[in-house]
Amino acid sequence: MDLTIQTISEETEHQVILGGEIDAYTCPKVKERLLSLLEAGATRLTVDLKAVEYMDSTGIGMFVALMKACKRSGCSFFVENLSERVERLFRITGFYDLIAIRKGEEA
Amino acid sequence: MTRRLEEEYVQILRDYLNSQEEDELYGAQKLGKWLLLKDISPEELVDLHSRALESVEEVPEFVRASFRMLTEVMIEYGNAHRSLQSWRNKHAQLQSEVEIASAMQQSLLPQTIPTYPGVEIGVVSIAANGMSGDYYDFMHFSGHRFSLTIGDITGKGIPAAMCMSMLKYAVDSLGEIQLGPNQMLRHLNRVVERNIDPSMFVTMLFGCYDTNHHCFRYAVAGHEPGFLYRAREGKFYDLEGRGIALGISADSTYVEHEVALQTGDVLILLTDGVTESKKGRSYLVREDLVGFLQNEVDKPAQLMADEIYRRLMMLAQFEQRDDYTMIVLRRT
Repeated sequence: MDLTIQTISEETEHQVILGGEIDAYTCPKVKERLLSLLEAGATRLTVDLKAVEYMDSTGIGMFVALMKACKRSGCSFFVENLSERVERLFRITGFYDLIAIRKGEEA
Repeated sequence: MTRRLEEEYVQILRDYLNSQEEDELYGAQKLGKWLLLKDISPEELVDLHSRALESVEEVPEFVRASFRMLTEVMIEYGNAHRSLQSWRNKHAQLQSEVEIASAMQQSLLPQTIPTYPGVEIGVVSIAANGMSGDYYDFMHFSGHRFSLTIGDITGKGIPAAMCMSMLKYAVDSLGEIQLGPNQMLRHLNRVVERNIDPSMFVTMLFGCYDTNHHCFRYAVAGHEPGFLYRAREGKFYDLEGRGIALGISADSTYVEHEVALQTGDVLILLTDGVTESKKGRSYLVREDLVGFLQNEVDKPAQLMADEIYRRLMMLAQFEQRDDYTMIVLRRT
């Protein structure tokens, strides 16, 4: 499965741009990258999903777990630039109102 | 190592040294495969070659010494060979345990599709690989009611299967007290929330069907509710309903919805393996799915479910990436 991860960092603030497919097979790689940033003392993590073509419920589960981990470490966590398809998944599963999601102009 | 094997090796070596023909090397290749099957280690093979050479011709001391060195070098390769063997055995053992677990998991799902008066039900539920994260069940309630559950556990394989057994016991136990759909999900959510990894959750639709009044009361937890086909209009509608998935927050509550079915109306309940199906290189959209449903809606429920699965698989070039479940329920 194709997955791309690009990180733009400014001191302890990181923007992680994901692309391709986020599913049970690629999730561990994303989680590892984001957790390593958190462990290294990140104060702000923003995940950009504009290039994500496919995401399943494993991806949502990973973001929920990350959101909880960030909360514990006092790091702010945002998800931004959701495609229509990914936004629909967040809405159906009920996580749209739980995770801090930033849309176009705010992002 | 048997004497016969040694003799055969000597013979092949002698023939090759005499003729140096390709055919003799083919014999050596075949022998190599056989030695592997007999589990002969690399250092034993070097030793065998050295002894075979001695019996063909007198070997100078420096060649003999070089073989002693090669045997030493080969010991590590021998260790790697043995660890591979042990890994293969462990893999085979794990594989057989997974097969047993998969069969056990199958026993958690309905073995036959139930029949109820005035409705016709069709189901297709197929795991992407071995063990499924999709769950569905029917329970007969007192009198003229039965319940219908369809759910999807995040992830696949062993963790999802373990979670499913917990879910099944919880649904069965709570089913005994015949709770309404929203209460059922509220209680299930507490059970799941206490017993699941933070990165996992369960999406579910739980509903009760009344075969006297033909009304379906349901509640949803993070699950795509599905479709309702109105036979009189010949049109598909999205079922309403939203609620947070089970296992996220202990105090989640759920809203109950109700639809009344007229003769010929059809309920289509599904998991995201259906809606997230691939269409060549892109993904299926709602209109595609509704188009397929529309084409098959006049068929008997089971045939309709089977045909839609077949069509979606063709569209995805027979690559099923997620567990797939579709329940078709028609008021007859």
